[in-house]
Amino acid sequence: MGLVAPFVVYPIFLMHALCFALFACAFNLLLGYTGLLSFGHAAFFGAAAYAAGYAVKMMGLGPASGIFVGTMAAVVLGSVFGMLVIRRQGIYFAMITLALAQLVYFFFLQSSFTGGEDGIQGIPRGHLLWFINLEDDRKLYYVVLAIFLFGFVVIHRTIHSPFGQVLKAIRENEPRALSLGYDVNKYKLQAFVISAALAGLAGATYAIVFTFVTLTSADWHTSGDVVLMTLLGGMGTVFGPIVGAFAVVTLQSQLSDKVGSLVTVIMGAMFILCVLLFRNGIVGETVGLYHRIVGRRPD
Amino acid sequence: MLGLVNGCFYAMLSLGLAIIFGMLNIINFAHGALYMMGAVFTWVALTQFGINYWWSLLLVPLVIAILGVMVERSMLRRLYKLDNLYGLLLTFGIALVTEGFFRHRYGVSGLPYSIPDAFAGAFNLGFMFLPKYRAWVIGASLLTCFATWFVIERTQMGAYLRAATENPKLVQAFGINVPVMITLTYAIGVGLAGLAGVLAAPATQISPLMGTNLIIVVFAVVVIGGMGSILGSIVTGLGLGLIEGLTKVFYSQAANTVVFLIMALVLLVRPAGLFGKER
Repeated sequence: MGLVAPFVVYPIFLMHALCFALFACAFNLLLGYTGLLSFGHAAFFGAAAYAAGYAVKMMGLGPASGIFVGTMAAVVLGSVFGMLVIRRQGIYFAMITLALAQLVYFFFLQSSFTGGEDGIQGIPRGHLLWFINLEDDRKLYYVVLAIFLFGFVVIHRTIHSPFGQVLKAIRENEPRALSLGYDVNKYKLQAFVISAALAGLAGATYAIVFTFVTLTSADWHTSGDVVLMTLLGGMGTVFGPIVGAFAVVTLQSQLSDKVGSLVTVIMGAMFILCVLLFRNGIVGETVGLYHRIVGRRPD
Repeated sequence: MLGLVNGCFYAMLSLGLAIIFGMLNIINFAHGALYMMGAVFTWVALTQFGINYWWSLLLVPLVIAILGVMVERSMLRRLYKLDNLYGLLLTFGIALVTEGFFRHRYGVSGLPYSIPDAFAGAFNLGFMFLPKYRAWVIGASLLTCFATWFVIERTQMGAYLRAATENPKLVQAFGINVPVMITLTYAIGVGLAGLAGVLAAPATQISPLMGTNLIIVVFAVVVIGGMGSILGSIVTGLGLGLIEGLTKVFYSQAANTVVFLIMALVLLVRPAGLFGKER
C-alpha cells in the first residue's frame, strides 16, 4: 500500500503524514507503553528540525548527515529534559515537559541562528548517496517511507523486548516495579530518550521534506496535535498513532482553508469527544468490537 | 512594579489550580482559557451592554463560575474514577475550543479597555510613580487570596473541604454532600481565574491568546511551589512575578524564560518543590 500510494495521492501530503505518524509513534512509546504524558514533545521535533536545517543549509552537509545531526540534537535535549523530569512523579510530568518545551520555544524565538519569526528558509534537499536526487518528490517519498519504517521497527522491537515489558510494568504499577528491583527512573529515562530521539528523527526529516523550519514546529500546539493523534488513534496500540496521524493531518489540510481559525475548535472538540466517549481510540475500539463479536459467537 | 501585578495573577491562578487539584485530582488546563474569558467578557460587557467595570467585577466571575459548574457537571464528573491524565486531556480540549472560538470571533489583536475613572492617574511615591490601577490590582488580589486562605483554613466550610481532600469517602459517610462540594470547589477555582481576568482587562492587552501563554507559566509556578499548600502557591506566585519583573529591567532577553529556568533549578535542588510534599 505504501509503495503505490504516491501515484494516487499527493506525495508531499503523504510525507507530511508519515513524519507525524513517526512522531506520534514515538510519543506513544511514552504515553501508551510507559504511562507518561509528555506535553512538550514538539521541543524535540522542533529542535531536530532546526538542527537539521542549520546543518544542511549553513554548514553544507548532505541530507542524511543533516537528519543524523538533527536526531542527535534531540537525543541531547531529551537526556537533559529526561533527567529533570523524572525527578517528579505523576501529573507533574505533563506540566514540567510543557514548561521546558516553552523554554525551548523562547530560545528558538530569540536566537539568531534560527531566523526568529521567519525561521530557516530554503533548505536544499540535495542528493542521497550521490545518485538519488531528493528534489524529486517521489524519490524523496520512498526515502521518507524507509525512515518511517525504520523508526516503526525500532519502536516495535522496543515494545516487544524485555525492556518494553518492564516499561509496561511501570505503567501498570510503578511501586510494584520498583519493589521487584527494577531501577524505575533509569527505565523511564531510557524510554524518554528513545522517544525524544525518534521524535527528532521525524522532525529532522520534516525539515528536509518541506525545505523550511519555522517556530510552529516547536509550538505547544504541535505538542497538542501529537497528543491528539495518539489519543484519537488509540494509545497503547501499535497502529493507533499512525491512523490518528493520518486522520489529523488530513483533517487539518482539508479544513484549514475552509474554516480558518475554527480548526482549533474542531481539534479541541475531538479531544473532548475522545476522552468522554472512546478513550481507546479508533484502533482500540475496533479491536474491542472485533473481540466482542468473536467472543459472542456460540461454540 | 508590573512584575508584582503579574505575580498577583500568577498567585490567583495557581491558587485556583491548587484548590481544584486538591479536591478533584485534576489539573485544570482550561484555567488560562477561563482567565482569558474573564477579560474578554469584561470588554464585551462594557462595549455591548454598557455594564461598567464595577458590575463586571461582580458579574463576570459569577458567569465564569456558572460555566465551571456546567463543565464539571456535564464532563469532568465522568472522569473521577480514571487516571488523572484524562482530566488534563479533557480540559486541554476545552481550552483549545475556547481559545479557537474567541480567536475566530474577536481576532488576535488586542481589545482596548480603558482604566476606570476612579483609578486614573498615579501616586507619587517620591522615588517612583505608582499608577493607581496597579495599586488597586495588587490590593484587590492580595485581599482575594487572603480571603480564600481564610475560608479554607479558618472556617467550618474550609474544614470540611480539607477533610474531603484527605478522605472523601469518610467525609461522605459523615453526611456531607461531597459531590456538591466538588462542584462548588471547581466553581470557586475557576471563579478566581475569572476575577483575575477582570482585573487584568484594563492592565494588559485583552487577547484570545493571553490565557494559554499565561497558563504555561502558571504551571511552572505550580511545579516550583508544589500544590500542597495554599499559602505556598500565593507566595510562589507573587515571588516569581517579582523576579520576572526584575529580570525584565536588568536583562530583558531572559524575561520570558526566567520562570522556566528557575523551575529547572528547583527540580535539581528540591525535586518536591519549595512547599510541596511528594505523595
